[in-house]
Amino acid sequence: MKKLRKPEELSTLFEDSMRLLVGGFGISGTPLTVLDALAKFEAGNYEVVSNNLGDNGKGLHKVFMAGKIDKAIGSFFTINKEAIEAWSKGELKIELLPQGTLAEAIRCGGAGIGGFYTPTALGTKLAEGKEVREIDGVRYLFEKAIKGDIALIKADKADKAGNLVYHSTARNFNPMMATAAKIVIAEVDEIVEIGEISPEEIVTPHIYVDYIVKSKYVKQGGSYIEAR
Amino acid sequence: MKLDNRELIAKKIAEELQDGDVVNLGVGIPTLVAKYIENHNVYLQTENGLIGMGPPPDKDNIDIDLIDASKSPVTITPEASFFDSAFSFGMIRGGHVDVAVLGTLEVDCYGEIANWSVPNQPILGVGGAMDLVAGAKKVIVASTLFTKDGSPKLVKKLTLESSGERKVDQFVTEYANFVFQDGEVIVKDIYGSFSFEELEEKIGFPLKLKITK
Repeated sequence: MKKLRKPEELSTLFEDSMRLLVGGFGISGTPLTVLDALAKFEAGNYEVVSNNLGDNGKGLHKVFMAGKIDKAIGSFFTINKEAIEAWSKGELKIELLPQGTLAEAIRCGGAGIGGFYTPTALGTKLAEGKEVREIDGVRYLFEKAIKGDIALIKADKADKAGNLVYHSTARNFNPMMATAAKIVIAEVDEIVEIGEISPEEIVTPHIYVDYIVKSKYVKQGGSYIEAR
Repeated sequence: MKLDNRELIAKKIAEELQDGDVVNLGVGIPTLVAKYIENHNVYLQTENGLIGMGPPPDKDNIDIDLIDASKSPVTITPEASFFDSAFSFGMIRGGHVDVAVLGTLEVDCYGEIANWSVPNQPILGVGGAMDLVAGAKKVIVASTLFTKDGSPKLVKKLTLESSGERKVDQFVTEYANFVFQDGEVIVKDIYGSFSFEELEEKIGFPLKLKITK
């Protein structure tokens, strides 16, 4: 299967200062195996686009603790004590976007749209410096699209061509991130033969997916654990 | 059984919901509303990608990829569907969510709210709060009327960061249910231990009494 890689084989794809799009809400739908490897790769100084910076010491939290993130763009960093500390010392830049604006910006990035007008955040601190425009009597705020160099996403299942399906609310930001980066790495729990996933059910078509990594994590009760 | 303040607020809000409403419940007191939705069909939407959210699972049936926006495990109802975050917020901004129930730190006399920045802490989290304020057809805020140090959350002018210029429709507290009309705060229902006059005195500016329960 030509897209399948071991996580350590991906190291040459990453270069300093790249912008990475990382899927997940909390850690649900986060490519934990790929991020574990990323924390050990040589490159760093990344700009990361993700809803949050991992959770409970997992996911992006490990990459951040390895000192590899210069800037985070996302909607919710309040839960990450170390990130807040780094931000207050000036060691980490943070750009805060409303969650829906973040999602739409990535969707636009992958769909050839330069930006969009949204009513969200009008009249708030997050609107500072942004263009306001009235359209048919309604005020909107301009937001730019977001694209990345590499997207690191998590799906439930891939077929051997790279078609993806997701599991329940672990879908979150992953489908749009798959469209908005030059290189897309999808971590999956299961790999099946072509034809085993119905074309009606495929959410992300294989053309968006460059590499597939089999996840080392399994769910047990209320958490993800590393399987041996 | 006498309900505590948070439960009372949740129950009052549940009574406001209509049959067939699509409802998004925020973190905190709003989450409690689900318990009191009785005798009608309400479809619960959660912005991380689900419509048709059911009650929490029992301990043996937790799936940590099936969660609400506070990352707590949930279940799904028979007609539920999943979607991605862009679609979900399109549903919210596009006016397909009838009611958003949100917590708040402050509400001003026009119904503008501050519900995302905590005083004296760096502002590093917003989540979906601003999208819900801007996009839901109706916004109900749910909160106790006073802060821990006793100052009212209903204020003439916001002192904390605004969540958006769109005004909310109702503010439901443990003492009264408030609605907003051009800078006038109207008491729509009163059920706590304070009289209207006492309420006005505690809040510190004139209110209008117009029971429309």
